Amino acid sequence: MVKKNSNQDVLTCQEVVELVTDYLENALLPRTETLFEEHVAGCPGCTNNLRQVQKTIEMLRTLTQEPIFPETKEELLEIFREWKQAS
Amino acid sequence: MSEGTSQPDSPFELAADATAGSAINRVPISEAVRAASPEELQLLMALRNGSEAAFVSLVEQYHRALLRMALVFVPSKAVAEEVVQETWMGVLQGLSRFEGRSSLKTWIFRILTNCAKTRAQREGRSVPFSSLAAYYDEGEESGEPAVEPERFTAPDWERPGHWISFPRNWDDIPEERLLSQETLSAISMAIDALPPNQREVITLRDIEGWTSEEICRFLGISEVNSRVLLHRARSRVRKALEKYFEEV
Repeated sequence: MVKKNSNQDVLTCQEVVELVTDYLENALLPRTETLFEEHVAGCPGCTNNLRQVQKTIEMLRTLTQEPIFPETKEELLEIFREWKQAS
Repeated sequence: MSEGTSQPDSPFELAADATAGSAINRVPISEAVRAASPEELQLLMALRNGSEAAFVSLVEQYHRALLRMALVFVPSKAVAEEVVQETWMGVLQGLSRFEGRSSLKTWIFRILTNCAKTRAQREGRSVPFSSLAAYYDEGEESGEPAVEPERFTAPDWERPGHWISFPRNWDDIPEERLLSQETLSAISMAIDALPPNQREVITLRDIEGWTSEEICRFLGISEVNSRVLLHRARSRVRKALEKYFEEV
């Protein structure tokens, strides 16, 4: 297991990849955050990994825009109309 | 930023404030998380007045996510569709009782969860609903790494734990490729393959954009726990995408 907030001076790449979510969620202790940013700034591999995670999140975001089947919408509208009549 | 100190003591009440837009700024932050948003309250009024457009916009906003959430509990897409339909009926029937003390969103998802659990029990599916918290804790033990250990230098190397070869720079991939229908299906498949607890958290956080506070409150789990689940889930989806981009 990766130790998050020990007193090390530097983080390894393997440690950095486990901290990415905590970093993006603003949940790192200030000191760890600094170590994280310093490492990433000097490491193309960890920069790419971080960007991959960020892109993944961006892509996940676009899933909400998937269309809903027209038949489904029609069925739901039918339910809505029935409810409206009944109330 | 400061709006003064005259904040209402009581939680934001729909009946009193539904039309008073200016009052909204004075809702304390902790209440803002819990209470229905101004947009939701407007939508709610329209729904109660029988506006089909309001219903459609609600469906467009939440239907997909409700389906995904239903699939956490029930075994098939077909059953999930039924559960979501049942949820919408529940929403309509409950509209007159909804007081706006929780957000409309949370309320709708609560109805979904109840419908889905009832259905799952009827289908004889044994998900440990009674102790959701314990169920979430289980996930914490299997410490699956975000990136395969073999991609890093071994512990006995001079500089252990460093990349052997760098991950690809996805900025090279054209936007239309990243957002293609095919890529989106690859993501959907990756999400479907996640363990239920991870699927739930990533759906709410990344697809639906809930705050982590909302998620913890809704699922009754700690912030740390929800971040662990989120980390696992994001890592798996990233891995799946990495594989997908390699193949084509």
